[in-house]
Amino acid sequence: MSGARLAEDVLSCGGREVFDIVMFGDEPYGNYNRILLSGVLSGSHDPKDIFINPLAWYETSGVKLHAGVRVTAIDREAKRVIGAANGNGVIESYDHLVIATGSSPFIPPLEGLYVDDDEDQSATRDPQSAYKQGVFVFRTLDDCEAIMNYAGSGKRAAVIGGGLLGLEAARGLLGLDAEVHVVHLMPHLMEVQLDAPAGATLKRSMEAMGVKVHLNKNTTAILGRGHVTGLRFDDGATLDCEMAVISAGIRPNSQLARDAGLTVERGIVVNDFMACVNDPDVFAVGECAQHDGKVYGLVAPLWEQTAALADRLTGRKPEAAYKGSKVSTKLKVMGVDLTVMGDREPRDENDEVVTYAEPSRGVYKKLIVRNGQLAGAILLGDTSTAPALLQAFDRGAPLPENRAELLFPLASETASPSVVDLPDDAQICNCNGVSKGAIIAAVKRGCRSLKSLSDATRAGTGCGSCKPQARELLEYAAGDLVVEDPSIHYYVPGVSLTKPELIAAIKERKLKSVSAVFAALAGGKDDPGSKIGLASLLKTIWRDEYEDERDARFINDRVHANIQKDRTFSVVPRIYGGVTSPDELRRIADVAEKYNVRMVKITGGQRIDLLGVNKEDLPNVWRDLGMPSGHAYTKAFRTCKTCVGSEFCRFGVGDSVALGIAIEKRYQGIEFPHKVKLAATGCPRNCSEATTKDIGAVAIEGGKWEIYVGGAAGSKVRKGDLLVTVETHDDALLHMGRFMQYYRENAKYLERTYDFVERLGIEKLRAILVEDSEGICARLDAEIKAAADAYVDPWQEAVKPVHPSQFVNALPVEEVTRALHQIQGRTPAYGD
Amino acid sequence: MNAGIAELSETFAQSASINLGPLDRIPVGEGREFEAEGELIAVFRARDGRVFGAQARCPHRDGRLADGVIGKGLVVCPLHTFQFDLATGKPVGNDCPGLKTYRVTVNEEGEIVVSL
Repeated sequence: MSGARLAEDVLSCGGREVFDIVMFGDEPYGNYNRILLSGVLSGSHDPKDIFINPLAWYETSGVKLHAGVRVTAIDREAKRVIGAANGNGVIESYDHLVIATGSSPFIPPLEGLYVDDDEDQSATRDPQSAYKQGVFVFRTLDDCEAIMNYAGSGKRAAVIGGGLLGLEAARGLLGLDAEVHVVHLMPHLMEVQLDAPAGATLKRSMEAMGVKVHLNKNTTAILGRGHVTGLRFDDGATLDCEMAVISAGIRPNSQLARDAGLTVERGIVVNDFMACVNDPDVFAVGECAQHDGKVYGLVAPLWEQTAALADRLTGRKPEAAYKGSKVSTKLKVMGVDLTVMGDREPRDENDEVVTYAEPSRGVYKKLIVRNGQLAGAILLGDTSTAPALLQAFDRGAPLPENRAELLFPLASETASPSVVDLPDDAQICNCNGVSKGAIIAAVKRGCRSLKSLSDATRAGTGCGSCKPQARELLEYAAGDLVVEDPSIHYYVPGVSLTKPELIAAIKERKLKSVSAVFAALAGGKDDPGSKIGLASLLKTIWRDEYEDERDARFINDRVHANIQKDRTFSVVPRIYGGVTSPDELRRIADVAEKYNVRMVKITGGQRIDLLGVNKEDLPNVWRDLGMPSGHAYTKAFRTCKTCVGSEFCRFGVGDSVALGIAIEKRYQGIEFPHKVKLAATGCPRNCSEATTKDIGAVAIEGGKWEIYVGGAAGSKVRKGDLLVTVETHDDALLHMGRFMQYYRENAKYLERTYDFVERLGIEKLRAILVEDSEGICARLDAEIKAAADAYVDPWQEAVKPVHPSQFVNALPVEEVTRALHQIQGRTPAYGD
Repeated sequence: MNAGIAELSETFAQSASINLGPLDRIPVGEGREFEAEGELIAVFRARDGRVFGAQARCPHRDGRLADGVIGKGLVVCPLHTFQFDLATGKPVGNDCPGLKTYRVTVNEEGEIVVSL
């Protein structure tokens, strides 16, 4: 699993352009999820369903796979790898070699294990000899098949080893209708993860399922001639059974590395770069690797290893290092929920230990608190507080004084149902009508990232507010196999660069048009989904030097109006600060009548919308209105709403109308990564809702203004964060402009300020924009001023269109020629 | 005209060729709708020089495809961003019915010609 995951990580870092990737796989299959093998055994999973990378994936991904070929030697001098299959040799040379050989089951030295043992006791055993019939290990798909073929109703199966893997094997065997016995050397089950009380609770839960548990039993022999009839223990006792599944631990497959002269202790010793300590061109990841004295057997640390190694090998992050993992795991053992993290016992008497036990329900909870931080936890049977605990553990966060809050969910939390508990027909994405069942089905078909899920189902591609729920379902259905699609970090999907990387490339290579960017950075492929975002970025960078290719504009920006469902447009002239005049209103009314406007609507932005306007009438509508564009149709500054304020209102302490109009006149029409809506309000009663706007100004006593950022009241509702308190209108305009410019430069395309501010955090924004911690304020002020000075009313294109057919619906053709052709011997259909 | 065709359908087939005028009627990288005898066709002029023709309206909710953004041989409908391959008419990333497409070429005089 680690090998295939590394290949995936390398590919998603653009590795296909950098490397030829060749893989050797001992098993003749593609990469499958070994964790689900107990499901295969018990019948809950079809073997076909557990493949993460079926054979076809290797072909389409350009990875050369030698399936079913075991590597027999590594020649580090010649940098070659030799594999063998059916007597044929396969040799591949390498620049970098990654060993991801995983582990093999540990086979204890039991008497009577092998077929030969029953024959001549004095002869030396052939190392290739088979196990006695009825003896199995539990590691591969082939092992599962063998067990399933042998097991049957009435057969007694003993699992030697009561650790996590043994218990999973036991669960699988229960599903095969066998009488299952678990035999464990230690005094309690899963002694690596659990303490004695938790182990005892687990034993009770298992016995309730019908599994018989034998503890403190050291198996010394497998009984039976030719086939298994029972086990013998070191206390002389025996257990009758027909099957023995050995699950007594795993050992890293490191012999290959040892033979090649690499440093091996418990596993293959690697440094923080996952490189072997005595050969920088050979790496090891996964269960076979030993880092900082530790060998990991859970997927989460392994994925961290492969991600760091892929970043380093491909050069995406040359200094990427793996520093070890905090081990926490969330799993189901025998169908029982279990979450464990860190230490399971106190280190000394200074550690605080909190426990809760409810044996009849199979519940056990334990916390180890050290220096006020969570050093370890066990949650067995009820893991509802696992997310909070995992977060506290990962971040070293301070814990609540009442530790019970960590063990028991708040009443309000249990009240809201998790999206996982909803029925399949529950609608998750309202914009596109995508049900929970459709999302789960897409994940089962292979979607493992939020992006691929969106591509397959369209969930999350409308307003985006269902993305957290879609993500929760993704994690529920795909578990540990969720991947982050790297393209989520790109500025636009069609160019594989993050925003800072893209800006640097654009400036360095002086790419001033969208087509120039595609030519230089995307091999000429002009992805239509990326054009608009690139146009926005280029305009921000180059201002009047930007080479405006109109085909990179959305239709709204080609005709400066908002397209409606019936192909007509809506026209919203600018009404500064929501304050109009009788003359303006007359002009609007006259235009509405002259052009048969179907609806005259007051908008939420405090202006007037004329709906049902024909594209061809737009230039004349603008001319007759004599008002500039309200930019109601594009990713730009929209409005600054106002309340009446001190000019008339008896409560007003600030002139919100004057400020709002000044803001709108200064910043109208400036383009941003997404729409930006403002408001100015004359007192804390906040009648113009300034605290739920992208940027809002609230007048407070003393003639001051509080400036809030990152508010929202749409599909997301968020209260803005206080950026700064200022004393004058000029200062308000200055700080608002500074925030706007910083947002333009640093937000992802289509990232609203509410996500941007949340992502950066208000403390960081205050430091940069108020305290000038990065020394960029003067530059930001100059840039936004230049953008404001460069403002041109797009409705001037009424007078000077950019193209004769800019506003035409359908062009007439020049000529239609028809011809009749004589056809021999058949009756053609019209239109043949 | 159709009645005449019905009589002749035994041994004749009809083809039509429509001259849409100079290529410059369509701004580079954009599409435009053309009307020929009551029928609407959307014609697209890609930046790499290719020209495409397709039905004018999106099969999803009747959006005007000529108002869409094109690139990589695809058109994105302006209403709900449904994408279609302009060469084959096939939907991409959605299960809408496909587009009817037309053969479009540019003749020696630089005029757009659509063949039916």
